[in-house]
Amino acid sequence: MSDVFPPRPRPATESGSPPSPEAVQRSIIETEGLSLFYGKAQALKSISLKIQEKVVTAFIGPSGCGKSTFLRCFNRMNDLIDTVRVQGQCRIGGEDILGPDVDVIELRKRVGMVFQKSNPFPKSIFENIAYGLRLHGTRDRKTLDEVVERSLRGAALWDEVKDRLHESALGLSGGQQQRLCIARAIAIRPEILLMDEPASALDPIATMKVEELILDLKKEFTIVIVTHNMQQATRISDYTAFFYIGELIEYDRTTRIFTNPQRKQTEDYVTGRFG
Amino acid sequence: MKGRFNKPSIDPVAAFFTGLTGLATLFILAILGVILGYLFWRGGGQVSWHFITGGTDTDMFDASRAGIFPMIIGTAARVLLMTVFVIPVGVITAIYLTEYARSGSLLTRFIRSAVNNLAGVPSIVFGLFGVGFFISFLGGSLDSLSGSPEPHWGKPALLWASLTLAVMTVPVVIVATEEALKAIQPGLREASLALGATKLETILRIVLPNALPGILTGGILAISRAAGEVAPILFTGAAYYLRDTPKSLTDQFMDLAYHVYVLSTQSPNVELTSPILFGTVVVLLALTFGLNLIAVIVRSRIRRQMRAAH
Repeated sequence: MSDVFPPRPRPATESGSPPSPEAVQRSIIETEGLSLFYGKAQALKSISLKIQEKVVTAFIGPSGCGKSTFLRCFNRMNDLIDTVRVQGQCRIGGEDILGPDVDVIELRKRVGMVFQKSNPFPKSIFENIAYGLRLHGTRDRKTLDEVVERSLRGAALWDEVKDRLHESALGLSGGQQQRLCIARAIAIRPEILLMDEPASALDPIATMKVEELILDLKKEFTIVIVTHNMQQATRISDYTAFFYIGELIEYDRTTRIFTNPQRKQTEDYVTGRFG
Repeated sequence: MKGRFNKPSIDPVAAFFTGLTGLATLFILAILGVILGYLFWRGGGQVSWHFITGGTDTDMFDASRAGIFPMIIGTAARVLLMTVFVIPVGVITAIYLTEYARSGSLLTRFIRSAVNNLAGVPSIVFGLFGVGFFISFLGGSLDSLSGSPEPHWGKPALLWASLTLAVMTVPVVIVATEEALKAIQPGLREASLALGATKLETILRIVLPNALPGILTGGILAISRAAGEVAPILFTGAAYYLRDTPKSLTDQFMDLAYHVYVLSTQSPNVELTSPILFGTVVVLLALTFGLNLIAVIVRSRIRRQMRAAH
């Protein structure tokens, strides 16, 4: 029975201990005193955080703690909500991304995103992947073919769909659709990949495939993932940040957060006493 | 042996309401059947190849010789031309309301109530508006600009009748398009924007293609509403009698719906012309049905393509 399930990916942290967040040299995302308001309600309270390049950083915390909102600051998706106001600083690669003169299009090319609910376009598999490339001016058919194949291979989906690239993406299973969305996001070669609970709507086997994929993708991309699933955080992340009611409570190596948290609230949450 | 979960074999209240709703549906179907049956009984015999393809060069009140080809052309032309005007304006307005305007702002609420009020205006008022705005103001201005002594633009014409109908049906298209735009899964817009698309690119490449079936529904409703209307075209373009079909946008035209009115009020002998009257009605219904059918087929093809592949 058990051999139906391949062995689970080992916790990333066992394969060499990363430095503590304070000792991180090459941070790619840095926030300082970042606060966010929905109208008058404050959703994020002065969050300062440095995220390291090419590792997986997990945001955990109970629903409504602001972790998704914080994630959406990095590609300015909160701009879509009229009433949102942001204070403080957020830098990516040392450059401010919150200013009014920031080119949001350019930012979103560098910071890709995968959403909780898989959202393939009602187009063919090929056109889903090619969408971003076409947007940014790629017309050459050969280049498109190459990038589509590379992205689908990168998302571990190529072998399953290579014979039906021109069929509708909506015919794929839920897990395949989510991997298609990941392939679509990496097709335009972002530096950072934001994932907002990418596996929460998937069954265990599809979840495992996405987790394996994430571990593979961190060789090339910086990954920030929001998750409700603490086992998932331990399996795939190098660093974990715990949020509670809009505040960053604790941020450390994942092993420390889950085995030796410094704050009482973190311990209560990761041991399942609330949340 | 009666268990606790055994329900009574007949629930009188449920049976009553099932019967009531069924009867109401049957009643509607019966009315439709009676109307169609009566029309075909009275007019079906009149519809012949000659009746459909014949012109008005013979006596239009003579049931054995009259033809209604110019009226068919006129009606089809005004409805199709109206579609060309109303779809872009309605769709663009709906895009503004759902994608750009802040929902609940004073301006949005004002536009929405204006659209709703427009839908409630009696059609004869649109006819008068057409005369005042399109013919006198627009047409008159064009004439004085071109300096011609004869009115070329400032008279009833196919163009003005179609525009008047477009003004009348624009709320239908706006509402249908808005519904289609709202029904699009919000995740699709987010996905497009997150890939670095601008708002306009997202609307053109993702939102509009997915709303196309809904937009076509709006077009179908507008066609249905406009095809049978007489009042808006009465002063703006329809003619009592013409020798020929319209050759340009500034020509007047004969029209099936208006022809029904002409036959029933101007005929020298109502009894003798009644077959033409009912025949014209049958053709008008068939034309409206045909235009709808085309739109429905196009819509279902688009839906199938969207589901199947790119």
